[in-house]
Amino acid sequence: MSDIDATHPVDLESKRFSIRKPEVRYDKQGERPDSDRLAAAMQAFVQDMGRAAATYLESCIHCGNCAEACHFYVQTGDPKYTPIWKLEPFKQAYKRTVGPFAWLYRALNLKHAVTVEQLQEWQHLLYDSCTVCGRCSMICPMGIDIASLVSQARHGMFAAGLVPHELWAVAERAEREGSPLGATPKVFADRVEWLADDFEVELPLDRPEAEVLVTFSSIEIMKYPASLVATARILQHAGYSWTLSTKGYEATNFGLLSGNAAWQRDMTMKLVDAAIACGAKVLVLPECGHAYTALRWMGANAYGKPLPFRVLHISEFLAENVQNGRLRLQKVPKSLAFHDPCQVSRRGGAVAAPRVVLAALGVELRETRDHGSLGWCCGGGGGVVTIHRADPLRYKAFEIKMSQLDATGAELTVTSCGNCRQTFDDGQAHFGWARTMGSLLELVAANLRD
Amino acid sequence: MDLLDFARGPALWTSIAVCILGLAWRLSAILRRPARPDWSEPRSTATSAGALRMIVRRTWHHETFRERTFLSSLNAYAYHVGLALVFFGFLPHIEFVRRLTGLAWPAVPGWLFVLAVAATFVGLGWALIARLTNPVLKLLSGFDDYFSWGVTILPLITGMAVISLALDQPYPARPLAPVPVAIHLLSLELLLVWLPFGKLSHAFLVFLSRGYTGAAFARKGAEP
Ligand code: SF4
Ligand code: SF4
Repeated sequence: MSDIDATHPVDLESKRFSIRKPEVRYDKQGERPDSDRLAAAMQAFVQDMGRAAATYLESCIHCGNCAEACHFYVQTGDPKYTPIWKLEPFKQAYKRTVGPFAWLYRALNLKHAVTVEQLQEWQHLLYDSCTVCGRCSMICPMGIDIASLVSQARHGMFAAGLVPHELWAVAERAEREGSPLGATPKVFADRVEWLADDFEVELPLDRPEAEVLVTFSSIEIMKYPASLVATARILQHAGYSWTLSTKGYEATNFGLLSGNAAWQRDMTMKLVDAAIACGAKVLVLPECGHAYTALRWMGANAYGKPLPFRVLHISEFLAENVQNGRLRLQKVPKSLAFHDPCQVSRRGGAVAAPRVVLAALGVELRETRDHGSLGWCCGGGGGVVTIHRADPLRYKAFEIKMSQLDATGAELTVTSCGNCRQTFDDGQAHFGWARTMGSLLELVAANLRD
Repeated sequence: MDLLDFARGPALWTSIAVCILGLAWRLSAILRRPARPDWSEPRSTATSAGALRMIVRRTWHHETFRERTFLSSLNAYAYHVGLALVFFGFLPHIEFVRRLTGLAWPAVPGWLFVLAVAATFVGLGWALIARLTNPVLKLLSGFDDYFSWGVTILPLITGMAVISLALDQPYPARPLAPVPVAIHLLSLELLLVWLPFGKLSHAFLVFLSRGYTGAAFARKGAEP
């Protein structure tokens, strides 16, 4: 499969960035016997079955409530999209291998053994129809964090070589080239130089020492370069000594999304090493949801000890600097609706930060009916937006978001995740929707007050 | 030894032992699973408070889910509260516990007991109908779900057969019709024996499961 990107190059023309729609799909990676795939999946499953996962897998009472929180079920009414059902093979593996009564389950075949055919069928459920948004985790009466289990189950799927073609391809590219969308270190350096010249901003690259290391997502680098310029203006305005690094600039982590823990670690360590190399006290993550999960909440675990610097999502960085007076903003006399990126708000605990910034901008914040920790996902997280065959389902999920945003009647809509943004751009084009999703960061940069 | 002696003696003690040992085994098997340290910088260190908060928070759904889950939540409360009232509030049950342990507490009034029995039957009946007809529940359900339902309702049914003997009378040391009482007791013992192996263990696991998530969410500053 090493020729996969030559066969399926990155598509930077469409509204959402992925690889071009594959003519022939390779949803089964590599050539090996099914028994090997199964053994690899089972080994990875069992590795992930720690105390929390075991508690969750023992606790489900099959009440079905989680279905009612998931956009994919709510919009289709198809029971297979019930969140906990997406974990059925993981649960089967658990009950038959490490569960307290595993011998009984095996002896009486109370749970069937997992098969490769089943895993292939579940690929659609564990990837195409789960954005790992965690909304289901908010409804479960047993408090089961279903989304965390989906991420773990993906490890087994990756080990078995059963990842959706596009997601595998971009993850592999990210591991090999340093970016899922072709933003290699050289491309990154070139774009930084171009932006610095064209927009007359300082974008310091590879400074040996800096207080703040700023990172981006390749969605921004390739699709929303204005975000890079906006970030530079903000850091300059706030008077920080900062740098970008060609050694660690890509904050997206397709190792996490695809389910390859080793790649996830590699991607994380590039950022960690870059921050340590320049002695940064703070690493600022871009407008990207899963980057926050990957580094803020999982990064230190890849490092094996506490990180020697703080990790802030850009919305938190903005909020802190609004509060400490380093960022002075002019008022924006408009009504605005904010889309909470699931990984930052619900999963990351940073619901308040963007609202602090919006309050400083003086906008009239019109919240959607469901917002903050209970907001609906845009439908494109968890790598779903890369998968072409998931488009019809994703658009269905997107309809909830559109209608809730429309109901606010707000003049502006902004978010703080580039991946959500491209999902909105794509949804906007698909539905001919009147709204355009903007960026909180860019709104702030456009309203800096001297 | 007749059936009642058996039900009150070896069957009772065996079922209690199986229940306790089974639960201990199940919980210890979970707790023996490895737990990796979390090195991320916590937003809050009040994780125990977070666990408690989640335990309390999830006793009722978030308002936004009301439209879709109100009736099923209400129904679950109907038969959970009903069962608790019947089990702990019925005078003969209290007497039974008192004879075994010396502990006693006031019984619920007769009308409330009757209401609790009715709510439990209706609630469990509704739960079964939902499980058999709702496509999501049908898909999720297996042997455990139906068997657990069965062993829960069985003591209620067998209890109905002896209820006239005892509702307004002090609990007789030797019931006039010992066989129905023995059967009632045996049905409870079946429930106790099954409890550690199936979903009925959620009575205990609920604290662990909500607690884990509550602690993890609190660490991240996420809402429960
Ligand atoms: S994490 Fe989100 S997309 Fe996945 S099952 Fe739960 S609610 Fe659905
Ligand atoms: S809401 Fe929780 S307990 Fe109910 S079926 Fe889903 S995972 Fe299981």
